[in-house]
Amino acid sequence: MAKKIGIEVSLAISEAVKLADVDAIAAYPITPQTHIVEHLSELVADGDLNAEFIPVESEHSAMSVCAGTSAAGARTYTATSSQGLALMNEILFIIPALRLPVVMTLANRSLSGPISIWNDHSDLMSVRDTGWISIFAENGQEAFDLTLQSFKIAEDHRVMLPINVNIDGFTLSHVIEPHEFLSQEEVDSFLPPYDPPLQLNPDKPVSMGMVGIPEIYFEAKKAQDVALIESKAVIKEVFQEFGEKFGRTYNVIESYRAEDAETLLLTMGSIGETAMEAIDIMKDEQGKKVGLLRLRLWRPFPVDELRELVKGIKTLAVIDRAVSFGGTGAPVGGEIRSALYSTEDRPYVASFIAGLGGRDVTIKDFMDMVNLAEKMETEQEVHEYKMIGVRE
Amino acid sequence: MIEVRIHGRGGQGGVTSAEMLAIAAISEGKYAQAFPSFGPERRGAPVIAFARVSDTKIRNRTKVYAPDIVVVLDPSVMKIVDVEEGLKEDGLLVINSGKSIDELRQEFGFKTAIAKVDATRIAMEELGLPITNTTMLGALVKGKEVISLDSLVAPLEKRFGRIAARNIKAMQRAYKETIVAGKES
Repeated sequence: MAKKIGIEVSLAISEAVKLADVDAIAAYPITPQTHIVEHLSELVADGDLNAEFIPVESEHSAMSVCAGTSAAGARTYTATSSQGLALMNEILFIIPALRLPVVMTLANRSLSGPISIWNDHSDLMSVRDTGWISIFAENGQEAFDLTLQSFKIAEDHRVMLPINVNIDGFTLSHVIEPHEFLSQEEVDSFLPPYDPPLQLNPDKPVSMGMVGIPEIYFEAKKAQDVALIESKAVIKEVFQEFGEKFGRTYNVIESYRAEDAETLLLTMGSIGETAMEAIDIMKDEQGKKVGLLRLRLWRPFPVDELRELVKGIKTLAVIDRAVSFGGTGAPVGGEIRSALYSTEDRPYVASFIAGLGGRDVTIKDFMDMVNLAEKMETEQEVHEYKMIGVRE
Repeated sequence: MIEVRIHGRGGQGGVTSAEMLAIAAISEGKYAQAFPSFGPERRGAPVIAFARVSDTKIRNRTKVYAPDIVVVLDPSVMKIVDVEEGLKEDGLLVINSGKSIDELRQEFGFKTAIAKVDATRIAMEELGLPITNTTMLGALVKGKEVISLDSLVAPLEKRFGRIAARNIKAMQRAYKETIVAGKES
């Protein structure tokens, strides 16, 4: 086993991007993502990474450049957060429609206003329907591993879609913790060079980004949706290959001590690790029948896996880090209710929103949410969503 | 698991102290975390940083609410911030001050164990600057051997380059000069 190195998670991601030997990086700095691209620009300037680093004047331009370099056949990477992602919005829809395998780290941060640089998932949720594959890392090691795996998934000819790898801003991006790096040889044995099925090349001209008249637009969108849904099989395949090669196995939904559970918590992102501590206390010290599901793959949504994992469960408490204002549930909670509606013996789904704008979600908060969800289940309380830890 | 909270002022390098501690612990094969308090960085304003060191994998990602060790880089923050907040009863306060431990106990009512050193004086003599982040690492390790002092040498060399030697000397001097007093009964 390689020696563990103490390094900031942002820099570990930069190292993964370097090991993936990307050809083009276009990015604009924004907190809390900045350290990633700052370090990459140093690697390029120092000659440690042979890539084009294209500094741009805005995130809209960053993503536009990514469209261009990826279409030209370059392995392309960028990173952003919050307002930066919002500014990219127009181009975010175009990348998957053009089937361009751009990989982007999203250091999740709340959206203004009020102005906030802190962590929640409102930025990702604002681009939910752009057609990107969305994966969550819960710690630095996962961020490193998933960044590498993302290039392989995105560039697979059965997929050819962009991926955003989500890491919680500050609570992951700015933390120094142990990482086990892979060597260049190990990465090369796993990740082949990008072989674009089509590329912009003056010697062999193709057109990309054409008009979709009413006679073809609908079919194009259906094809895109099918591609995204079918990418799940490739994602699982790559997760498995990575696990066999390097001993760290990933699943589209991770399950923690859920065997005999009657109540399950469901989280996305780095709070899942804190939730594990809460589960241990509730199981080992209080004898409660609880467990945890951590949703790693947000898009395409792993519907079948979710249905299987919640079979026989009485209460499912879903914790969101974003609001769908005036909606019928928080983004993840509402989606899960919808996914389970047609199943028999579905669990009671409590939809909670916690930790907006950098508010800590503590071990006690998780225990409180389990107890509250169980009470709501007993009373079969009808609700849309509840905000936890907000002062009223 | 040992949880540490570091108090300083923006620009004094409290975050770096936490980082050096974590990197040194990881180099010893331990698990560790270091992170800032994630606020806007304002030079001169009271700021905090956190670290955790453990023999097993660390999963808790919240702020440190009940530290085992509190490090005070700048004595002036003790007048405006409750540095003892949440500190465990058998915890340790590591303080940079020119005053004696008795004087500190009298002035602030501290009851816990205290490790005290005049880090500002050491930093002025060794670095020519009142920046005590590296100096206070020596005091921390003297107060409680969370990691070995030697493990901090390599991370400091990497971070500080040509001014590393002076920082290492300041840290080692602080280790020697720190006075440790147990909890008040």
